[in-house]
Amino acid sequence: MNLLANLIPAAAEIFLLVMVCFILIADLMLTKSSKIFTYLLVLLTLVGCMLITVGTHQNGVVYAFNRMYVDDLMSDVLKLLSYLAMFSVLVYSRQYLMLRGLFTGEFMVLALFALLGMNVMISANHFLTLYLGLELLSLSLYAMVALQRDSAIATEAAMKYFVLGALASGLLLYGMSMLYGATGSLELGAISDAIAQGVQNKSLLVFGLVFIVSGLAFKLGVVPFHMWVPDVYHGAPTAMTMLIGSVPKLAAFAFATRILVEGLQSMEHDWSGMLIVLAIASMALGNLSAIAQTNLKRMFAYSTITHMGFMLLGLISGGIEGYGASMFYTVTYVMMSLGAFGMIMLLSRAGFEADTLNDFKGLNQRSPWLAFMMMLLMLSMAGIPPTVGFYAKFSVLNSIVQTGHTWLAVVAVMFSLIGAFYYLRIIKLMYFDVPESHAPISVGTDTGLLISINGLGVLFLGLMPGALMSICAVSVQQSLLLH
Amino acid sequence: MIFGLPVISVTIWLPIIFGILVLATGDDKNAPLARMLALVGSVLGCLVTLPLYTGFDNSTSNMQFVELHDWITHFNIHYHLGVDGISMLFILLNSFFTVIVVMAGWRVIEKRVAQYMAAFLVMSGIVNGVFSALDSILFYVFWEAMLIPMFIIIGLWGGPNRIYATMKFFLYTLLGSLLMLVALIYLYNLTGGSFAILDFHRVAIPMTAQIFIFIAFFFAFAVKVPMFPVHTWLPDAHVEAPTGGSVVLAAIMLKVGAYGFLRFSMPITPDASHKLAGVMIALSLIAIVYIGLVALMQSDMKKLVAYSSISHMGFVTLGLFIFNAYGMEGALLQMLSHGFVAGALFLCIGVLYDRVHSRQIADYGGVANKMPVFAAFFMLFAMANSGLPGTSAFVGEFMVVMGTIKVNFWYAFAAASTLIFGAAYTLWMYKRVIFGAVTNHHVAELTDINGREILIMTILAIFVLGMGLYPLPLSEIMHVSVNDLLVHVAHSKLPL
Repeated sequence: MNLLANLIPAAAEIFLLVMVCFILIADLMLTKSSKIFTYLLVLLTLVGCMLITVGTHQNGVVYAFNRMYVDDLMSDVLKLLSYLAMFSVLVYSRQYLMLRGLFTGEFMVLALFALLGMNVMISANHFLTLYLGLELLSLSLYAMVALQRDSAIATEAAMKYFVLGALASGLLLYGMSMLYGATGSLELGAISDAIAQGVQNKSLLVFGLVFIVSGLAFKLGVVPFHMWVPDVYHGAPTAMTMLIGSVPKLAAFAFATRILVEGLQSMEHDWSGMLIVLAIASMALGNLSAIAQTNLKRMFAYSTITHMGFMLLGLISGGIEGYGASMFYTVTYVMMSLGAFGMIMLLSRAGFEADTLNDFKGLNQRSPWLAFMMMLLMLSMAGIPPTVGFYAKFSVLNSIVQTGHTWLAVVAVMFSLIGAFYYLRIIKLMYFDVPESHAPISVGTDTGLLISINGLGVLFLGLMPGALMSICAVSVQQSLLLH
Repeated sequence: MIFGLPVISVTIWLPIIFGILVLATGDDKNAPLARMLALVGSVLGCLVTLPLYTGFDNSTSNMQFVELHDWITHFNIHYHLGVDGISMLFILLNSFFTVIVVMAGWRVIEKRVAQYMAAFLVMSGIVNGVFSALDSILFYVFWEAMLIPMFIIIGLWGGPNRIYATMKFFLYTLLGSLLMLVALIYLYNLTGGSFAILDFHRVAIPMTAQIFIFIAFFFAFAVKVPMFPVHTWLPDAHVEAPTGGSVVLAAIMLKVGAYGFLRFSMPITPDASHKLAGVMIALSLIAIVYIGLVALMQSDMKKLVAYSSISHMGFVTLGLFIFNAYGMEGALLQMLSHGFVAGALFLCIGVLYDRVHSRQIADYGGVANKMPVFAAFFMLFAMANSGLPGTSAFVGEFMVVMGTIKVNFWYAFAAASTLIFGAAYTLWMYKRVIFGAVTNHHVAELTDINGREILIMTILAIFVLGMGLYPLPLSEIMHVSVNDLLVHVAHSKLPL
């Protein structure tokens, strides 16, 4: 295989890396007042990545670098969505960061490094590449959480995130080494083949699987490995929370499917049992705890735990339907979470964080349009039609029922009912209560436009979900080699 | 076709589009424009439903005015609409009541007029969708979407305890809906990949599955009807809702539940329906008798009418689950009639509330001295609520009792007791509010109803009397569909 054939599948990542290095240096030359050029350059980089990813798309599954790297439809779709989500994060957070003096080159470079890490994870076909991508992502995120140096709560969050994240990485690495011991390979396809032919030491394999699933659960933030989620979401500046709560979920989905489906398909019986426990526990604990929260970021943290639990249900049911449903769920979740955190940042002002429930009181009187957008987002999170969140839940439920786990579907909808309460409470606060402050809401053109696109997008996809659903199903179908 | 557009789609989307236009008029500076636009929208919305009536073919039970387009191909979900003799009249009823509600809220609502009017218009379109959807997911989308405007209406313009009421309303109904969703998905997999309601009607289902599906549907529909013991949200929601909200709840929302039994529970799970009919009849009779007694005890007029609604809806579910033509047609007529009567009663209470700002019976007395015209209208509707022959309510109740007596005398005996209880609680309330000497200065200052209110009352009175004296045109429409449904339900769907 010649060099070019190896480089083309990774062209977008290479471009991204080059640009990050360039921006890192170029940013040093710029004065503090002209950081906007760095910002524009970062946005341009994202657009460039999009074009390259589309331009270098090849039909079928293409491997590169001795099968360490894979380029398929699923990775391309997920990457495109990651660029789009990262773009939104940057646009949403510009004003917020500027008001807090965090609008620095470091933030943007770290964001791009995190993106690079995610892209590598999405395209990994080998435990080492997976791990490298994951660590690049995690380290960038730890640093971002700690970026607000003078905030005690942010520093504490970063510390917690780092310690628990490192522990999780350790677990993953340990699990990977056990699988390597049992199968003699680190490449996902080879592992899958080895297991299918039968390995001698089955208990080693199962132990490895347990560690891998634990590490995965840590990174996804599902119960009982969720402790870091509320603290980090709460402690980090909202822009960082938005980043942590949205884009990496796409990579995490790819991470989970690559390992569990492509690598360990033949052990599905073992891991699906574990995931059922994780999923039910997450939906139960996430929903019940979210009710008690008064801080919106904490509430969304618990809501993330729930949503990730729900997403796992799709993986449990398996098959094209199930994985496609999971992917659709993840994509729509990212969209809703961007909007929700975007709204918190829109309502925040210099020196004031609009991150408690009370800050949303009477929003309908202060700005009917923003209240309407938030209502759409909350209804979508609760899974009520005609918003896209309904179809996300619907397709996952469908895949569960299809595999005969109807009871699991009933459990899932009962927890959704509990979940609906705290989303409705926000609508209640916005529409039925009297505002606590009448401070004018200053919405920039860019953020205003984006939140409108985001909110109406949730509604539009709720009316016409077919295309996105098919994209997810087709990309899963063409990419995962199901046995 | 209306101007080349399919009729049912127009009845759904025209009110929604007008709703959005009304919303776009912005804040209360443009309130007159918002009111005008809402009136135009609702009247047009009502007019476009007329072709459904004039073009309807009484001689077939097939779906008519069918529209079928692909929607979500990945799950084989279609934009599939159509009406038959069971659903068509409810679309007319709903669109008609939207006009009434817009007129009733004309002067009364002064805050956020555009949002109020828009919510009702949007809901009108959505409810038409519920009654005409032939694809179960399309039905589900309309069914759930219906909750959102109602949630806002009760929560924004309701009484003091509105937030508790609206949360209860939303979560109660969502509980049932989510179970129904699982049942629909289960059926989808059973039919081999179709969400069409008519395919669900045909597919064979084992008994255990039928029972589970029936229970899931029961939660969804019984909450909406509402049946005893899941009725407790209704009095709260009614008392706290603004007049328009109460009217729509009573006239439209409650019918959606009974419609669900007719369209889903009975034809999809006929064996389970027969098996569990005893439970359904028992719950219906409890609603009729026990809730009737509860109504007698109420000191709040709106609560009284709310409990009376639950009792009357008990008649509807009773009529459905005795499985004969008298019962079922009686139930359908009762649904229509209850829409007019309960709607009119809530409007009457609204008229008093707007003037005195109290719903307590004790705060009134001698209203007839000050409001003679109003007292006359109120009298007519109160009589209708007690099932006086010659009014619309009599027809339905009489038919249901006739149907029931064929099945079991004692059932019919218990059901017929409502004629006494109904008369007792309604007329006693009427006596305390309207007759006697003027009791306090609030009543002394009352002014009689104005031209707008007289217009609304007259229209409703015409319908109540018209339906009571000559119900044939209505029963003709439903006759073939009802008979076909009964034949369908009589056949077992257990797999051979």
